Amino acid sequence: MKYFYYSGCSLEGTALEYNISTQAVMQALGIELIELEDWTCCGASAAETLSELLSMVLPARNLALAARMDQDCDFLIPCSACYLNLRKVDEHLGSDEGLLEKINEVLNEEELSYQGGIKSRHLLDVLATDIGPEMIKAKVKRELSGLRIAPYYGCQALRPYGGYDDPEQPSCMEPLIEALGAEVHPWRMGAKCCGAGLMTTKKEVAIELTSALLKAAKGADCIATVCPMCQMNLDSYQKQVSKTGGENLSISVLYLPQLIGMAFGLGEEDLKLGLNMAYTDSLKAKLAEYRVGITHQ
Amino acid sequence: MSEENLTLAEVHEVADPMRVIQEKLRACMQCGTCTGSCANSFAMDYTPRQLWRMVQLGLTDELFNSKTFSLCSSCYYCTLRCPRGLPLTETIHALKQLAVAKGIAEKKGARFYQTFLDTVRRYGRVREMELMARYFMIMKSPMLPLSFTPLGMRLMIKGKVSPEMPKFFGPGKMDAIFRKVKELEASS
Ligand code: SF4
Ligand code: SF4
Repeated sequence: MKYFYYSGCSLEGTALEYNISTQAVMQALGIELIELEDWTCCGASAAETLSELLSMVLPARNLALAARMDQDCDFLIPCSACYLNLRKVDEHLGSDEGLLEKINEVLNEEELSYQGGIKSRHLLDVLATDIGPEMIKAKVKRELSGLRIAPYYGCQALRPYGGYDDPEQPSCMEPLIEALGAEVHPWRMGAKCCGAGLMTTKKEVAIELTSALLKAAKGADCIATVCPMCQMNLDSYQKQVSKTGGENLSISVLYLPQLIGMAFGLGEEDLKLGLNMAYTDSLKAKLAEYRVGITHQ
Repeated sequence: MSEENLTLAEVHEVADPMRVIQEKLRACMQCGTCTGSCANSFAMDYTPRQLWRMVQLGLTDELFNSKTFSLCSSCYYCTLRCPRGLPLTETIHALKQLAVAKGIAEKKGARFYQTFLDTVRRYGRVREMELMARYFMIMKSPMLPLSFTPLGMRLMIKGKVSPEMPKFFGPGKMDAIFRKVKELEASS
């Protein structure tokens, strides 16, 4: 199995641990990731609020880089916003006749072109559909038994383009968590919004959304996320949310591949657990127990 | 391009963008499913359902004065659930674009996105800390950085981002692409 790997901007900055742990887990699974050397920003949520065409051209440029590489494989994208943007290009080509021509008129400035047809897939889709719990279970060196994980999917990994899980009551993370020997925290908040970009523009509103999520996660040891924006919103404002809500709502928010990597027995450096802001002492102690007895390769 | 020889696609292209949005929402039957699905409607002055009605009626002043579309977090719940299958979240993006084009967009949000895209134009990628630094400077708001302080400081402490000062001038990596997009949009 091999994929074009599009890390995106957040994974070079605030979400570095998501990037490094994803690559480490893929390597452990024997999956090849092909880096696109000259990749550029997908436009995030900024381009679509300023220019329709730019919001298509920015992701399409990356698809065009892959198209000239003469490799027949899908994109693997860990960031939900990048995933939505890259996938949006092909989703729109079918219904908007002149679009491809316009995109290529712009890409021609860099002597690039795109004809459509490259599949953009979210990391969660690849983990759940292509790799699957069986293959993950086979690599587990130390079960995370006794660890209760709240699976959090967020919005854009599922909506508007999903197809690999139910967009309102998703469940594909559950067998993956169980394959690690951990327990699933039962809640119905997995597909609710974390407030996304409102955390920068309308903070009070976003805080309402994150506090509802953190409250519902009570009883879990950690939240598993698959999106840098969700991780940041749930992780970085816990003190403030706890203060407003009058109760301690601190909880570790880890990326799914960090948890998978733990069970695979990968080292601290491969998973960068220290980079997560909220990495609570109780979880740290629990994870340290699992590490006893893991022999490093 | 002479008026008489327009193809259907071209008519669509040169149409008033507000008309295009109205056309998209024509089938809205005001059932309110979108409002019921919107996690942020509690903070909006008009609900999503009311917003579509204002679009249908062409109440542009009320529409662009409302806080509704700047409170959309693009969760896509309304799009998913609308029984008429209308592209609602994309419509909100189109309204945001129009507000920016008309110069009536809410300053804070629009400036943030403009700063973001200018960073993309310059470097091709976004370095988050630099983006924040530039944004604070452009907004010239002494209070604004304070609201980011917990995050910014903690990111720096964690060594995730470097506190370098941004460069404002000079040609960008993506100049050609940005120029061409502008050119095509001006001619349509
Ligand atoms: S759900 Fe669709 S049809 Fe119903 S009010 Fe909203 S936009 Fe209109
Ligand atoms: S996409 Fe925007 S308007 Fe629609 S439900 Fe989500 S926040 Fe509300």
